[in-house]
Amino acid sequence: MDTVFGVKYDGGVVIAADQGNARSILMYQRNLDKVVPLSSHSAVGVSGPNADLVNFSEYIQKNIALYELSNDGMKLSTHAQANFMRGELAAALRRGPYQVNVLLGGYDESTESSSLYFLDYLASLQKVNYGCQGYASSFCLSIMDRDWKEGLTEDEAVAIVEHCMQELHTRFLIAQPNFIIKVIDKDGVKTSKFGADPADT
Amino acid sequence: FFSPTPLLSLTMARRYDASTTTFSPEGRLHQVEYAIEAINNAGTCVGILASDGIVMASEKRVTSGLLAPSKTSEKTYKLCDHAACTVAGLTADANILIDQARLRAGRYTYQYQEAIPVEQLVEHVCNYKQAYTQYGGLRPFGVAFLFAGYDSHHGFQLYQSDPSGNYSGWKATVIGANNQAGKSLLKTEYGAKPKSDDDDDAPEEMETEEDPAEEEIRVPDVTEALRLAVKVLSKTMDGTVPSPEKMELFTMTLAEDGEGCAHHILTEEESKKVVDDVEAEAASAGDA
Repeated sequence: MDTVFGVKYDGGVVIAADQGNARSILMYQRNLDKVVPLSSHSAVGVSGPNADLVNFSEYIQKNIALYELSNDGMKLSTHAQANFMRGELAAALRRGPYQVNVLLGGYDESTESSSLYFLDYLASLQKVNYGCQGYASSFCLSIMDRDWKEGLTEDEAVAIVEHCMQELHTRFLIAQPNFIIKVIDKDGVKTSKFGADPADT
Repeated sequence: FFSPTPLLSLTMARRYDASTTTFSPEGRLHQVEYAIEAINNAGTCVGILASDGIVMASEKRVTSGLLAPSKTSEKTYKLCDHAACTVAGLTADANILIDQARLRAGRYTYQYQEAIPVEQLVEHVCNYKQAYTQYGGLRPFGVAFLFAGYDSHHGFQLYQSDPSGNYSGWKATVIGANNQAGKSLLKTEYGAKPKSDDDDDAPEEMETEEDPAEEEIRVPDVTEALRLAVKVLSKTMDGTVPSPEKMELFTMTLAEDGEGCAHHILTEEESKKVVDDVEAEAASAGDA
């Protein structure tokens, strides 16, 4: 069961996810990167069966890339990306749903602000200041409720994520030893830290 | 891009002009060119980009006094909250394309929950027109458009498109009857400083395209642009005295409450005021 976190701060967003890839009693992989960059200044943390997780995120990613190519480099705002994503989830919902729950975070240069969106597999969409996907929400939403405030710095936002990770390590039945944390701000998407290097084959 | 046909090639053109989907030996699509010619007989439309909005002025051709007006306008059409267009050419053809534009704008907003960037809207309509120059053996649309729009990426923009599916962005332009005369007037007057009383020296003339690096164009505001548009229309309308009933004046500006754009077709009273201002200016210039 995947864990995804998102925390918005002043000037950026932090998106974190566990790095496990498992099914039934088997652990396939411990270094999967589930925070997928969608554009130069946005990324989505995805959870769900590996097939849908990869297929859906790449589909959205490539459509966004096509938009930029088709429109002379014009970028889609985070809000537009989120609504596009939701539209695709909604269209597929009554055909063959994408079983993915996501947190999409992005920074918009035009407004110099960051935003975070919660989307689930039923195509709900909500702009939020922080969020969790998976069992993690039962443990961590209350921590975020307490710790989050307006005007956080990047370090403070990452600290909230690490506080949440610590709680999971203590109380969550399923062991999730590795997490990848990415930060999105005016300089783009960068990896802050990871438990296991996704590049290791 | 399309130059008038020299006499020699007219004889050759006859063999290659029946089908849109056939090139002539000189590499031309005659049906498309004929469509463009058709528009040169249509009511003139002027478009001018201003600092705080866009002005589009159109010649209304009233064919009969018995006609009951069925629409608010036969020249200006709203495409979405932040874009509008004026039409020169076959109105029936235009209606199809305007539907296409409105659908596209709506579908974009449905998909992205945002306003479609103006150029993307124009390009969509133009791609639709282009298909009729390449597939299906159907004739092209006999319509030219002036598109006026606003988006957060590039502010106010003015585009022109023709039956070929080509489009380009303009600071000021004219389509329809006598557009060349209109364009030459715009070339000298757009961006020119307003004449003041102590103007003993020759008035500075600003070039709109040729020397952008040398002279800074002074972009007019909507009020000034309206007067310039009326001036251009009077010139293209066979130089007759400009009359408000024969003109449709349209402005697009940002709404006062900051939410979206304001589309405004001037009332007869407002149009009359602009026309009077232009006549007064012409009269005083004549005196100086």
